[in-house]
Amino acid sequence: MGQLTTGERDFGAIILIVLAIIGIAMAAAGRSDVLGIHGAMVLVYCLALLFLLLSGAFGTPPSAARLTRYYDDPIKVGVGLTLFWAIFGMFIGVWAAAQLAWPSLNFDTSWASFGRIRPAHTSGVIFGFGGNALITTSFHVVQRTSRARLADQLSPWFVLLGFNLFCLIAISGYFLGVTQSKEYAEAEWYADIWLVIVWVTYFVLYVRTLARRKEPHIYVANWYYMAFIIVVAILHIVNNLAVPLSFAHAKSYTIWAGVQDSMVQWWYGHNAVAFFLTAGFLAMLYYYLPKRAERPIFSYRLSILSFWGITFFYMWAGSHHLHYTALPHWVQNLGMTFSVMLLVPSWASAGNALLTLNGAWHKVRDDATLRFMMMAAFFYGLSTFEGSFMAIRPVNALSHYTDWTVGHVHAGALGWVAMITFGSLYTLVPAIWKRERMHSAILVEVHFWLALAGTLIYVFAMWNSGIIQGLMWRTYSPDNTLVYSFVDTLLAMYPYYIARAFGGLLFLIGAIVAAYNIWMTVRTPAAATLALDDDSPGDERQISGATPTPAE
Amino acid sequence: MALTHETLLEGAKLWGLFYLMGFSICVLIYTFLPSNRERFERAEREIFDEDDGPWK
Repeated sequence: MGQLTTGERDFGAIILIVLAIIGIAMAAAGRSDVLGIHGAMVLVYCLALLFLLLSGAFGTPPSAARLTRYYDDPIKVGVGLTLFWAIFGMFIGVWAAAQLAWPSLNFDTSWASFGRIRPAHTSGVIFGFGGNALITTSFHVVQRTSRARLADQLSPWFVLLGFNLFCLIAISGYFLGVTQSKEYAEAEWYADIWLVIVWVTYFVLYVRTLARRKEPHIYVANWYYMAFIIVVAILHIVNNLAVPLSFAHAKSYTIWAGVQDSMVQWWYGHNAVAFFLTAGFLAMLYYYLPKRAERPIFSYRLSILSFWGITFFYMWAGSHHLHYTALPHWVQNLGMTFSVMLLVPSWASAGNALLTLNGAWHKVRDDATLRFMMMAAFFYGLSTFEGSFMAIRPVNALSHYTDWTVGHVHAGALGWVAMITFGSLYTLVPAIWKRERMHSAILVEVHFWLALAGTLIYVFAMWNSGIIQGLMWRTYSPDNTLVYSFVDTLLAMYPYYIARAFGGLLFLIGAIVAAYNIWMTVRTPAAATLALDDDSPGDERQISGATPTPAE
Repeated sequence: MALTHETLLEGAKLWGLFYLMGFSICVLIYTFLPSNRERFERAEREIFDEDDGPWK
C-alpha cells in the first residue's frame, strides 16, 4: 500500500470506518445470532486494515515516477492470498475425504460435521483459491496487454481485500451452521450483498483500465476475464435474490419456488463452472501459455470463435443437472443438446493450446511450468468431453448422484483449474518480483509430479467408485427387487474413499511445496543483472531497478 | 400479452433458434473479415513485446 496518495488513503480510511460502523450495527442487531458474530468479524477486519493504512500515512508521499510503471503491489498480496486459500481449501478437502472413509473424524462436533466442512472446502478452493488467482492474474494480464497502469490505486485493494472479506464471512458461516442450501452459493444474504458491491467495483476498475489502453486491440485473454466478471455478477444476483427473516438474522429464504428454484440454482451452478472455473482460467491459458512457450497462440481466430461458442452455449446447459426431475422435458432436452454442442468450442480451446505447443515439445519436456499448462489443457479437453457425455440423459441415469460426478468435477478442478493456476503462478511470480527464475526448478518438478499423481489417483478412484455405485443401485433380481442394500454400496466404496483421500493429500502436499518455493523466490534478493538466456519467462528481462523507458 | 408457458416455449424453440443462427453468422463475419486479419495477427505477437511499462 506504500504507493497510495494522501487522498486515496483518506478515502480508504472513510470506507473502512463506514464498514466498521456497519460491523458494529450487525453485531448489535444480531447479538448471539451468527449475524452478530459476523458483525464482530467485519469490525476486527476493518480495524486491522485501518491500522495498516494509517501506520504508513506519515511516510514520504509516493513519487510521480510510479505512474510510469505498472501497479503490481495488489498482485503481490494476491499471490500470497491465493496460496493461503489453496492450502486451507485443499486441507479441508482432504479432511472431508477422510471423513467419508473414517466418519469419526468429525470428533462428534457439529462444526466439523461433513455437511459443514464440505461447503467450506468447495468455497475455499473455488472462491478462495480460484477467485484470488483470477483477480490477481487479471490485474497482471490487463495491464500488460493494454500497456496501461491500473486505472487507480485504491479500487484494486478494495476488490482484493473486499473479496477476501466475503470469503472469510462465507466460510466461517458454514462452520457456524449458516447456509442457503444452494450449491456454490451457500453464503447468506449479507455476504451476498457485499460480494455484489465488490464485484461491481471490480467490473468498473477493469473497464476503466481497458479504456486507458494504448494497444488498439483488446487481447483475447481480456475478453475471457470480462465474460467472467460480467456473467458471475448476473448469476450471483439472480440466484441469491432472497428475503431475510429480519435485518437481525442471518437466515433468509429465496424468492424462487419449487422447480423454478432448482432451474435458477443450476443455471447459476453450471455457469459458475463455466464462467468462474473456465472462462477466467482460459484467460490465463491464452496469456501465460504463449508467454511461457514463447510462441504465439496457434490460431487467434479460433480463440475468438471458441470464445463466442463457450459464452453462448454454456448459458443454456444448466438444466442437464435436473434430468428426470419435475423440470419440463423440453428444458432438459435443451440443456442436454447445448451440453453436447459445447464440446466443439471446448475442444477448439484445448486443441488451440496443445497446437501452440507443437514445435516446442522440448520445452514441455524440460520445463515443469510449461508441463503444468500442457497437462491443464489436456485435462480441460478430457473433462469437457466427459461433461458433454454425462449430460446425455441415459448416461446421466447411471452417473447422477454417484461419485462419478465427483470424479468429473475433480478432473476439472485439479487437472485443469489448479494446474493452469500453478503454471501461471510460476510464470507470474518471477516476472512480478523481477527474479530470473523460481527459487528451485526441482521443487516445481516435484510439485508437478505430486499434482499429476494426486489427480490421477483421485479421478480413477472416483470413476471406479461411481460406476460401481451406479451399477449396484440399479441391479435387480429376477423377481424385481433391488439386489444390494445401501450399506452394501458403502462397503464397496470404502477402498476407493481411502485412495481418494490419499490422492487429495498428494495434491495438498504439492500446494505446500509451491507455497514454500514461491516464498523462497520472493525472499531471495534479485540479481543485479539478469542473464538473457532463453530459460527465463518471456517478459521483463530488464536490468533490475532501472526505470523502463516508454516505447513511443 | 400474458407471459404463459406457451409463450416461453415459442420464444425458446423458434426465436431462440433464429437468435443462435444470427449470432453465429455475426461472429463468423467478424472473425473472418479480411480487414481484421492484420489486427489479429498483431495481437498474437504483441504480448511478446519486452517493454515493461505502460506506454505514454
